[in-house]
Amino acid sequence: MVQITLNGKIMSLDADPAMPLLYAIRDIAQLTGTKFGCGLGLCGACTVHLDGQAIRSCVTPLSAAIDKRVTTIEGLANGINVETPMHPVQEAWLDNKVPQCGYCQPGQMMSAAALLASNSAPTDDDIDTAMQGNICRCGTYPRIRKAIKQAAKTLQSNQSNAVNAREQEVQS
Amino acid sequence: MSAFKKLNRRDFMLMTGKAAGTLVIGTSLASCAVSNRADTAKKQGADGEASSAGKLSSTTEGDLGVFVNISATGDVDIICHRAEMGQGILTSVPQIIAEELGADWERVTAVLGNADARYGNQNTGGSASIRLHIEHIRQMGAVARDMLEHAAADVWAVEKNSVKTEQHHVVHAKTGRKLGFGELALSASKLPIPDAKTLTLKESSEFSIIGTDVKLQGLEKILTGQAIYAQDIQLPGLLIASIERPPVVGGKVKSFDAAEAKKVAGVVDVIRLKDREFPTNVNPVSGVAVLANNTWAAVEGRKKLKVEWEHGDNADHNSDVYKADLIKKVNARAKPVRLEGADIYAHDFDATKTVEATYTVPYHHHMSMETPAATAVIDDNGRCQVWSGTQAPQWGKGLVFAELGLDAEKDADKVEFNTTLMGGAFGRKSKNDFTIEAVELAKASGQPVKVVWSREDDVQHGFYHSIAANYFKAELNDDKRCDYWLQRVAAPPIGWIFDNTATYLSDGDLSLGFADAPFDVPNMAFENQEVSTHVRTGWLRSVGNINNAFGLGSFVDELADKAGISTRQMWMNLMGEDRIFDPRKEGFEGYTHYGQKGEEHLLDISRFKAVLNEVTQKSNAEESLPDGQGWGISVAASFNSYAAAATKVAVIDGTVEVLEMHTAIDCGLIITPDRVVSQMEGAMIMGLSMTLESEITVKDGKIVQNNFYDYPVSRINKVPSLHVHLIRSDKAPGGVGEPGLPPILPSIVNAIFHASGTRVRNLPVAKVLRV
Repeated sequence: MVQITLNGKIMSLDADPAMPLLYAIRDIAQLTGTKFGCGLGLCGACTVHLDGQAIRSCVTPLSAAIDKRVTTIEGLANGINVETPMHPVQEAWLDNKVPQCGYCQPGQMMSAAALLASNSAPTDDDIDTAMQGNICRCGTYPRIRKAIKQAAKTLQSNQSNAVNAREQEVQS
Repeated sequence: MSAFKKLNRRDFMLMTGKAAGTLVIGTSLASCAVSNRADTAKKQGADGEASSAGKLSSTTEGDLGVFVNISATGDVDIICHRAEMGQGILTSVPQIIAEELGADWERVTAVLGNADARYGNQNTGGSASIRLHIEHIRQMGAVARDMLEHAAADVWAVEKNSVKTEQHHVVHAKTGRKLGFGELALSASKLPIPDAKTLTLKESSEFSIIGTDVKLQGLEKILTGQAIYAQDIQLPGLLIASIERPPVVGGKVKSFDAAEAKKVAGVVDVIRLKDREFPTNVNPVSGVAVLANNTWAAVEGRKKLKVEWEHGDNADHNSDVYKADLIKKVNARAKPVRLEGADIYAHDFDATKTVEATYTVPYHHHMSMETPAATAVIDDNGRCQVWSGTQAPQWGKGLVFAELGLDAEKDADKVEFNTTLMGGAFGRKSKNDFTIEAVELAKASGQPVKVVWSREDDVQHGFYHSIAANYFKAELNDDKRCDYWLQRVAAPPIGWIFDNTATYLSDGDLSLGFADAPFDVPNMAFENQEVSTHVRTGWLRSVGNINNAFGLGSFVDELADKAGISTRQMWMNLMGEDRIFDPRKEGFEGYTHYGQKGEEHLLDISRFKAVLNEVTQKSNAEESLPDGQGWGISVAASFNSYAAAATKVAVIDGTVEVLEMHTAIDCGLIITPDRVVSQMEGAMIMGLSMTLESEITVKDGKIVQNNFYDYPVSRINKVPSLHVHLIRSDKAPGGVGEPGLPPILPSIVNAIFHASGTRVRNLPVAKVLRV
């Protein structure tokens, strides 16, 4: 049994610790939003967050996630916004109608969310650098760029709202 | 045969997996039984119909079932029986029905139909779903509307023609009374089905849903990780199968040792797949499957297999040698397929005014993000359930019946074929080899089995776009037009997988931008060269248009350069006066017209010109640029749509950088504008890596490439700003999924030439320049 925290829940998985995290998530925990694309960490379809960092779960052993927080697309919105079931990245993807087939998009969104967590106002170059490990064969890249910028704005305004709210609380 | 019928609840459940509402209307039963579908597909494939006529589509009028299901609460389910692979058909088909029905889009849910002969043709390819079936889809909505209107008129005891549907209600304008669809569903369901031919369809000026960007069906599920693709099927006790297949195309298992593989924890069984005849239609190749209770164990077990192979007849196939031979062959006289005017061989070409060139494209692979996958389970009574991500559900279902030795009619209830979303397909998933692998293994193991392909499996065991050589020779006259024109093609025919005696491209293949070239040149010869085939070739997004448009679009640019005029002007000069161009009347009797009946989609020279002018103007492609930069343009019509592309590049110190790309598309009536834009964006991006960097090669019968590291596809950092220009039109709708791709390839190489003076005639560009 290997214990990890998956989307906020502590889980014990009956799996070989050497098993790639991808298969543990898909086959053992049966969360299929995280996708297989290449098996070599080349395409990003399997991207999840490990303690907040974007990693390729197809080349990361389950053992690397022991006692760590794993977040998949199913858990991306957890605790971000109680009013909608979506993270601002997902909302921006919705507004820009980013997906075509949609298969690579969970990985794209996980990479984008990790980028925005470390860079609140990415430039086109920042986006290209952070996102070049995620392939989309349908060709949704122009919309991914747009959506990331939109999500960045939403996150910034959420943050300033939160700061204002805290200040108001302190004042009252 | 445009008959519609009410459907009983049980049938609805079988066909959709959903509970039926109150009013359920569908089309009449399709005329072909499932068992005939595979035969039809096979025949079509062999005569090339498949590659032109919407791939495997039959065009029988009325041979299409779309279903509307209205519940007592007014919720409307619209069944989309065509497969969804990212093109957005799950939105567009219901959108057309909702328009005619007068529904509120917010109350409409699209449901993906399972494989069922009663839907009529479900083979989703050839960019055909709308262009071949729109009339019937519209009639479906109109039938339901008519019944609801009748029901309301009866309630109010008014004339039927005094009421009409509006926003999910039937309204009586005179009195302002209205009743919701839900309130009317029960009484409407008791009325007879009207004759669809007597119903008036909306004028395009009345459209409020067609041509608008409605909310996309299924998008939230994709965004939250809830969408189900073939890879995602889970069943109790499911085994995962990973299959080792012959390294040489057409090879077989000689012997194998599974002892070590069986020692891997989690491995449950090792099963040798049947040997089948090669080329195997679309059946599986032979191999050894490792079945395990999770994917990792299956993958690890497979690594421990020891397999000896018989390599078969193709072990001496080398694509570099083969390509050199194709070039030689395409430079030799071949079988004429279109002749106009005087004997081209009697003409003495003036070398100072003649351009002669040969262009090649390599084999290509689809590289869908989701590798092939399918699940099958057979219960104690021999009933088989299948889940597959396929473009051809009924063709697949027919193969399942055959695999299990069942009769498609007598044993109809013994196979349930569920369709899933596809994570990309691009033609690859028309072939159900992976589905049959799952069925074979479910039967052999007695367990539920999901077959999953690794990326290497996908790259090495595909159905590749044909390697091809296109030859051109033309002489310019003093008016900068051409009087003499010769072109040839040499490429392995797609029909070979269905009939391995095929050595020539079929009429269908030749109708894909080759012998249908819309030129006004008095003396022309188009020839088709005989070749042998050594890998399984298949349909890949726009098929033969890829090499034909690359060759022709490059050659027109070379002629323009020789003539000292713009590429756009050269196209105008070659096409001549605005007119309707019917290749059958220009010497190409075999023209297959993308399976389109009637005259409405014959090539229209004015539409070619309009997209070319639009893209040139919007991109400013005729501006003068600094040294080292260049624009390239091209145009192609395919699948009854017209697309022109303009690309701007910089070539500095032998390195190509693509700066900007534009596409103008005239696809006739547009159903979902945003999805047309997204398909054009995708085509530009696919065309980019196809032109610049990717190729499949074969060494000693083995596919050399393995994964994204040696078959590179465009990544975000290589993609320039993209611009799509839609031409709005009332003309009959053309295809959308494929037509964007063909003009992209020549636009890029033409831009490279204008930027650097380097003419790339053999793709990919990366062989001669850094990309």
